[in-house]
Amino acid sequence: MMTLKVNGREHQVDVEADTPLLYVLRDDLKLNAAKYGCGLGQCGSCTVIVDGKAVLSCVVPMVLLEGKHITTLEGLGTIAEPAPIQRAFMEEQAAQCGYCIPGMMMRAQALLQKNSKPTDEQIRAELEPHLCRCGTHMRILRAIHRAARLMDTADASPAASGSAR
Amino acid sequence: MRASTRIFASIVAAVLIAAVVAAFAIAWRPTIAAIDPPDPQSFDAALVKRGRDLAAIGNCSDCHTPRGARNFAGGLPVPTPFGTIFSTNITPDPETGIGRWSEAAFRRAMRSGVNREAQHLYPTFPYDHFTNVSDEDDRALYAFLMTRQPVRAAPRENQLSFPFDQRLAIAGWKLLFLRHDTYRPDPRQSAEWNRGAYLVEGLAHCGACHTPRNALGAERVSARFAGGDVDDWHAYAINDQSRSPVPWTADALFNYLREGWHPDHGTARGPMAKVVSNLSSVPASDVRAIAVYMASVSGTPAPGRAAPREDALARAKAASQANPVGASIYTAACSSCHEGSRPLPYGGVDLGLSTAISSPDPRNLANIVLSGIDAVEGERSPIMPGFAASMNDEQASALLNYLRARFSDQPAWTDLKKTIVEARRTQTVFLQTSPAPRNAPADPQQREKP
Repeated sequence: MMTLKVNGREHQVDVEADTPLLYVLRDDLKLNAAKYGCGLGQCGSCTVIVDGKAVLSCVVPMVLLEGKHITTLEGLGTIAEPAPIQRAFMEEQAAQCGYCIPGMMMRAQALLQKNSKPTDEQIRAELEPHLCRCGTHMRILRAIHRAARLMDTADASPAASGSAR
Repeated sequence: MRASTRIFASIVAAVLIAAVVAAFAIAWRPTIAAIDPPDPQSFDAALVKRGRDLAAIGNCSDCHTPRGARNFAGGLPVPTPFGTIFSTNITPDPETGIGRWSEAAFRRAMRSGVNREAQHLYPTFPYDHFTNVSDEDDRALYAFLMTRQPVRAAPRENQLSFPFDQRLAIAGWKLLFLRHDTYRPDPRQSAEWNRGAYLVEGLAHCGACHTPRNALGAERVSARFAGGDVDDWHAYAINDQSRSPVPWTADALFNYLREGWHPDHGTARGPMAKVVSNLSSVPASDVRAIAVYMASVSGTPAPGRAAPREDALARAKAASQANPVGASIYTAACSSCHEGSRPLPYGGVDLGLSTAISSPDPRNLANIVLSGIDAVEGERSPIMPGFAASMNDEQASALLNYLRARFSDQPAWTDLKKTIVEARRTQTVFLQTSPAPRNAPADPQQREKP
């Protein structure tokens, strides 16, 4: 049994120390925003935020998560009350099939939390580990800039807005 | 003044004058007259093409083209124990590059490390190897460089402490360490071996990274190819001290140098990535020659260094019991690729074959685990995610200790935590020295085409 803190809530989970976080999120906690893409840390679709940093949850074992705070896309906002990053992606229609988008949003969120006005270059460099087969990259770029503007006007870090649970 | 004092004073004066004259004679070089930049059309196209291949073998772009910068315009900071030296602009720009250099001036720089204006150049420019380059090849390199796009980029000031900031000091260094003899073929060896030796000892300057250096920054002649340092990476020993679990052969070297990976050895990364990338575009016969020569240099492996593979299973079990945290991290973070069925370069190398894990210096492993391997645009290349964000220093230490215990027969590394802290710091800096790694079109309209 170990305790896992996800989106502000503590969960008791009965898993092996070498189980990847993604499996626990999806199979045990039914948090399905993070996607299983390649299982090798090479596509980015499983990205979540651990203690403020974007990590690839398919290659992070539980043994590394003792006492850490995990945020998934579900922790940023809800359908009724989307977080700025989610609103921005919807407003720019940045998803086509959408499989990569939760991962993209999580890494963008981590970037915006430490750099509220990233340049195009910085966004491209940061999102380099993420693959999108549909090709909405330009819209994703625009959405992240839009999210930065939204966060600028309404304070939007999940901790501050109280939407993280 | 007594006669004896006078005699003594004049002897001292004479000796001093002689010393000054001698120093002048050693250090002084004439300026070579500036020329009008030659018309690119005046160079023979075949010569330029040959120069292009030679420049790739010489890996010139690695230092003279910082990532994201204009080709050959220089400006890369090269950290040395004596301070930071910046690479120069070798485009044919007349003011800031080598546009006004004659071929004779270029050849002198290659042979003896003196620029057209008669300044001694720091041996970060590996002229201690380039003495071996033939006149003919220097001519081709000159033709290639003089037909590049001129870029106006003023050289950056070196940041060196006294006395290393005195270019006269370089003349002294050369007196001690620069041998002016050029490469002479060994008649007992094949033409291919000799071609390889000519390239390795000369233009390719392999020893510049793979041979350890002495306190004054010169390669140690007695420890050729015994392993050296470059940019916070360890350049492996490639002589008989090599730690590669499977000994290198000419065929394996050829594949590794040509394709960037080999199933028995893994992938080239860190500073070596640029070398293999350059070698993928030159005549295969030259890469083959380099491989043949290097295989003979690495020779027969030192006795007892090849890990007996029979006890690998026993080692794995013992390592997992001793270090369960490291074992868990390995299972989730590493094994999915490194024990997968996908062949290299897309799958990870069997870590039992990893030279990084068997090497006395843990830096390369720390660098690669923390920073991963970036995808290279336009290349069929391996990638690996970095784990800096998901592991703290203790956890990374646990993993590296586990890998060492499980996949090598070498003693545990000491001071591993310090290496990891340092790798985290230097790799961040390394990434930051690439100000514009991606070339997005500046005009947003250009990328909004439906």
